[in-house]
Amino acid sequence: MKKVFTKPKSLKDVPFHYCPGCGHSIIHRLVAEVIDELGISDCVIGVPPAGCAVLAYNYFDIDMCEAPHGRGCAVATGFKRAQPDKIVFTYQGDGDMAAIGTAETLHAANRGERITAIFVNNAVYGMTGGQMAPTTMIGQKTTTSPFGRRPEVEGYPLLITDLIATLKGPSYVVRHSLATPAKILATKKSIKKAFEMQIKGLGFSLVEVLSPCPTNWKLSAVDAFKFLESRMEKEFPIGVFKDVTKG
Amino acid sequence: MLIKTVMSGIGGQGILFSGLCMAWAAMYEGHFVTYLPSYGAEMRGGVASCTIAISDEEIASPISSEPDYLVLMDNLSLARLQNQCASGGEVFINTSIVSDRPIRRDLELVEIPVTDLAEASIGVRYANMIMLGAFIGRTHLVKISTIISNMDKVLGKEKARFKDKNIEAVNIGLEYLSKET
Amino acid sequence: MENKVLMKGTNALAEAAIQAGCRCYFGYPITPQNELPEYMARRMAEVGGVFLQGESEIASINMVLGAAASGVRSMTSSSSPGISLKQEGISFLAAMELPALIVNIMRGGPGLGNIAPSQGDYYQATRGGGHGDYRTPVFAPASIQELYDITMYAFDVADIYRTPVVILGDGMMGQIVEPTVCRKRQEIDLPPKDYVLDGAKGRPSRIIRSLILDTFEMEEHNWKLKRKYDLMRGRLPQHEEFMVADAKLVIVAYGTAARIAKGAVKRARREGLSVGLLRPITLWPFPTQAIQDIAKKVKHFLVFEMSTGQMVDDVLLALGGKAQCEFYGRPGGVVPTPMEITRIIGRYWVQKEILG
Repeated sequence: MKKVFTKPKSLKDVPFHYCPGCGHSIIHRLVAEVIDELGISDCVIGVPPAGCAVLAYNYFDIDMCEAPHGRGCAVATGFKRAQPDKIVFTYQGDGDMAAIGTAETLHAANRGERITAIFVNNAVYGMTGGQMAPTTMIGQKTTTSPFGRRPEVEGYPLLITDLIATLKGPSYVVRHSLATPAKILATKKSIKKAFEMQIKGLGFSLVEVLSPCPTNWKLSAVDAFKFLESRMEKEFPIGVFKDVTKG
Repeated sequence: MLIKTVMSGIGGQGILFSGLCMAWAAMYEGHFVTYLPSYGAEMRGGVASCTIAISDEEIASPISSEPDYLVLMDNLSLARLQNQCASGGEVFINTSIVSDRPIRRDLELVEIPVTDLAEASIGVRYANMIMLGAFIGRTHLVKISTIISNMDKVLGKEKARFKDKNIEAVNIGLEYLSKET
Repeated sequence: MENKVLMKGTNALAEAAIQAGCRCYFGYPITPQNELPEYMARRMAEVGGVFLQGESEIASINMVLGAAASGVRSMTSSSSPGISLKQEGISFLAAMELPALIVNIMRGGPGLGNIAPSQGDYYQATRGGGHGDYRTPVFAPASIQELYDITMYAFDVADIYRTPVVILGDGMMGQIVEPTVCRKRQEIDLPPKDYVLDGAKGRPSRIIRSLILDTFEMEEHNWKLKRKYDLMRGRLPQHEEFMVADAKLVIVAYGTAARIAKGAVKRARREGLSVGLLRPITLWPFPTQAIQDIAKKVKHFLVFEMSTGQMVDDVLLALGGKAQCEFYGRPGGVVPTPMEITRIIGRYWVQKEILG
């Protein structure tokens, strides 16, 4: 019998603790598959976030280093500058990337830091119990926007990916979604391309992935995936925002 | 007098609510009381338990290393807590769901099929309040009338409509206990 | 019976702040104090105040700076790692002499640590955790009622002395639910807020700054702050004594550790050991005088902290070698039971051959 599906080698044989329907399980797998396929598991260093994926190092079988909340891109910079031949990536949520970590993220991108950032956007702070995130959408209720996010009080969702794409430093900036199997496969392709950019020595590559959080969206897992297409993708359009290899 | 009770079940079974009801009643009756909830990592389906300490004087520690009473709504709770109960303590078990029994011989068991009772009457969501009724009826830690009169405060405006069913559930538990003893 | 309600620590703190007239809350989510900003998100809207979740703890403390300089009672809250981030802001508040309340619900550390209760931030809080020559009053409540009362008092202290004030709680304090009387604010005479920047209409313009390039001017500013701190040292220290009068051994502990120690002291007394408890309520200014007074008769002290030993330094300083002082600690977020502390007391009693 032919083996057509297997656990990626870069994932430890440990059950995930993520909620049913959480996007982390899928994205972890995609990243691990890419690391396997590119053959970089012994020269890659990952930086997990503070957030639900804070224990990502329990799942990935690669070198990983914790960073204080939001400082992932700075810590990654330290690793990459000290070891330019290694592949360095961050795995960050919306707070890590675009709230407390905005400065570190923008400046690493602006320096064209040769790292890859995987940005998991679920429009809420999951780990701490469902507070508002910089990407929380207008009208979306969270525990710290109990009346729904109001632009005149809390501002608009921050499209940090779009912002980063305007800078000269980054080489590849994309946004994808996990809404359907086809989109998941497309996400994987982009993650692979992002790592390839780094391998080629090109600057900052960013893959934003719209991801479901059924627990804090108070939706079933199935409805949460539908929500990605019905709502999130409209606010955060999927697309390639920058790709220096394409003219 | 200082009595500590640990109530434990699965998140969503309402165990924290019944603990709060008892805490309010104890306060209203003039006791010192502390209530300390504890949650598992998962928001749903994880463990939910609370420790209620009732005393005549200032309570030193809201945690209990040796609770006098245990209320166990599910098997995991039994596994986790059975060794902690004080010797001679009483353990209230929801026999509808809890299939195991404590291995220790120095505990007094009070067995009530609250989930079955709930399903047969007002609905499975009120199993926790049936248990509370039986618990208070047996331990007399507070008066049932105090529990009932303070139910509004614990429910708040948003859940006020559940008041009558909750009271009914408490009485069902009380009745079951008096029939069995 | 007064109007008692069951309240959780974080909510009691938030409600007390509202009752004290706090109308600006800026914060960022971090476990185990998330209920505080969540409570404020709803409650501030009810009283027409401002709630804003900042993009980070650093942003939040700086927002507090602006609101404080506007003459509005403001506060922020966080937990250990977040408080580290706020240190620069707190230093600035102290330098600019702006009133503010900073709440630290301590968790295990250092680094990301864990989310369990701990007392590892004592140095950070009492040694002026940020840079420069400053101090902040630090309060350590041990019950929810005390937390409520101290929060209201803290805002007055902040305004009277024009200083940032720290309330040091821990993860347990945040989660315990206890009967609380939600007292209303007792308005007292406060100094006029003549530093407020609200537009120089009909008055000369004002500046708020902490940059003082001239060294002699800076020196004078430092001495001025010191004189203020000396005033606080004279007026602010608070502590609780429990069964100290005839004690041969006194436990020193604060916050949740003190609660546990009190239970241990009661048990030890039942076994015939004359033990007492000294509970500092202000960690800065430290109740040095109280310790020195007790040390006239008591020659054995045991400091108990949920850390590897920080307050013990202040106890040793206060004792000045006039009594023996030992330490027992449990760091990492472990909350010991009264029984454990009773055993430690018993062991110490025997080892030190304390009679009576």
